[in-house]
Amino acid sequence: MDAVRRFLDGDIFHSFSRSPLTIVAFVVTVVCVLSAVFAGWVAPHNPFDLKTLNLLDAFTPPAWTERGNPAYFLGTDDQGRDVLSAIMYGSRVSLMVGFLAVMLSMVLGIALGLVSGYVGGKVDAFIMRVADVQLSFPAILIALLIDGVARVALPKDSHDTLALYVLVLAIAASGWVQYARTVRGSTLVERNKEYVQAARVIGRHPVAIMFSHVLPNVLGPVLVLATLHIATAIITEATLSFLGVGVPPTQPSLGTLIRIGNDFLFSGEWWITVFPGAWLVIMVLAMNLLGDWLRDALNPKLR
Amino acid sequence: MHPRPFARREGGALMIAFVIRRLVQGVLVMLVVGFIAFSLFNFVGDPVALMLPPEATQADRQAMRENLGLDRPFYVQFATFVTNAVQGNFGISLRLGRPVSALLVERMPATLELAFIAASLALLVGIPLGVYTGLHRNSWLSRLFLAGSLIGVSLPTFLIGIFLILIFAVWLGVLPSFGRGDTTMVGGWSTGFLTASGLKALILPSITLGLFQLTLIMRLVRSEMLEVLRTDYIKFARARGLTSRAVNFGHALKNTLVPVITITGLQLGAIIAFAIITETVFQWPGMGLLFIQAVQFADIPVMAAYLCLIGFIFVIINLVVDMLYYLVDPRLRVDRTAVGGH
Repeated sequence: MDAVRRFLDGDIFHSFSRSPLTIVAFVVTVVCVLSAVFAGWVAPHNPFDLKTLNLLDAFTPPAWTERGNPAYFLGTDDQGRDVLSAIMYGSRVSLMVGFLAVMLSMVLGIALGLVSGYVGGKVDAFIMRVADVQLSFPAILIALLIDGVARVALPKDSHDTLALYVLVLAIAASGWVQYARTVRGSTLVERNKEYVQAARVIGRHPVAIMFSHVLPNVLGPVLVLATLHIATAIITEATLSFLGVGVPPTQPSLGTLIRIGNDFLFSGEWWITVFPGAWLVIMVLAMNLLGDWLRDALNPKLR
Repeated sequence: MHPRPFARREGGALMIAFVIRRLVQGVLVMLVVGFIAFSLFNFVGDPVALMLPPEATQADRQAMRENLGLDRPFYVQFATFVTNAVQGNFGISLRLGRPVSALLVERMPATLELAFIAASLALLVGIPLGVYTGLHRNSWLSRLFLAGSLIGVSLPTFLIGIFLILIFAVWLGVLPSFGRGDTTMVGGWSTGFLTASGLKALILPSITLGLFQLTLIMRLVRSEMLEVLRTDYIKFARARGLTSRAVNFGHALKNTLVPVITITGLQLGAIIAFAIITETVFQWPGMGLLFIQAVQFADIPVMAAYLCLIGFIFVIINLVVDMLYYLVDPRLRVDRTAVGGH
């Protein structure tokens, strides 16, 4: 109760309640995340339950148009799946891939950044050189290449089961540099402080010093970076899935839905692709706004 | 601004050392990229099985192995691969049955023309918008442009393409939605610039590809303008009674162009990478589409060649941009790694 009080009186909540745009972004993000997580309960239909699909309902336009059916608010696709439900289930895959990729990226980047900053010397030079080189290529290209190579390298029949993990790995590997650089920078500052010297004097193992003493003190900026990274990771996932090298069609994400719908654009069934696309843009925009706000709110220099 | 002769001579030696270090780094990157491409060739799937018909005998296989040099030690094979790659020889596409180098050369004009138009669009629209929003920072038009740029950043490239196709090709029916239109051959270079349908086909893809870069350049020019306009020499120029036109464009804009040039240079690489997405949306017959199809069909020679080509383009771009930085900004003449790896 006390903690809640302190939070409500605090700077961050104050800055939050003063910015209507941030509140809207927060609400939109929460709605998107909740509808994805609880898709099984919230969605009006189960688009993957073949028993409930009715091919006669295929290509139903949105409910407010002339031929619309109120049972399918945003219309149906070529197999009679409810677009709204498919979006909710699809954003679950998108969010999961984005979230896992960011977590993995963060773990990788933090570990390499800590080692680089704390150990220094040749190890540091090597890790930072690799980071420099990787940073000179766009992240999406790195993810595409890793994903493409993995698809060729893995046996064909394991594609569908592994595709999701390969995708997470590819996106994670394309994003670790930012974390490593940030953590390395703060570690260079922290390693000379007295508490680290004290830990060294009492004979703690370097790994223990890095992870239990230095790590908590360099984590702040990393968390801000992560909130902004989730939106990027979701876009990367959607792009790869749209290009046909992402998640398998049996587990469609928002990008896969847009790819499927794209085939029907010319026959006039625009809703199959436009609504998943719009959902993706709104979700990413809200997350970006929220991340921007958090970055400013946590940075005392900008106040 | 003008270094003393002594400093310049010293700078020359430093410059050479800097260039050599970057060159060595570039060669190392290319070797790593080449090694990945080589591993694709040799360790992913059996190249002999890929090339021979299924009814081939064991003796055939052995002959093929020796013929391809697969029985030789690994480093000899890698050296052969690098020698071939430097000469542009990447073998034959498994999907199309033609030499990969010929395929790439054939597809290159399409990608380069698209990238060129997209980059020009981003510069020619982005810089004026940036100057305007920088000079009139509180006008409603500026706010509109800025809000638009925020949405532009959140829109993934492929969605911009799809929405443009929906509006201009499906609903209005005024512009083509796929392909290059009619092309003419000018000395081995197939160009879409010379026909009306070729030019029309360029409009939607180049907007799709250039929009993100446009918003980036606009925001960059705006923030640089805001920074420069606060400086003393601008105040002094105004105090001297120069026209605001001379101050804004002669003094302020000129000083914002350094970061703009370098960022644009670096973005050229991004444009070529994002061309993969744009080319897929618009079925644009360029190198990016070739690569995506190669990934989908596990066409390893094409993937390996594209990997090397993209790696090469990026190394060159980074080298040129680094050197430009070095020439333009004297503060960078200190060893960059010593400063802390920015």
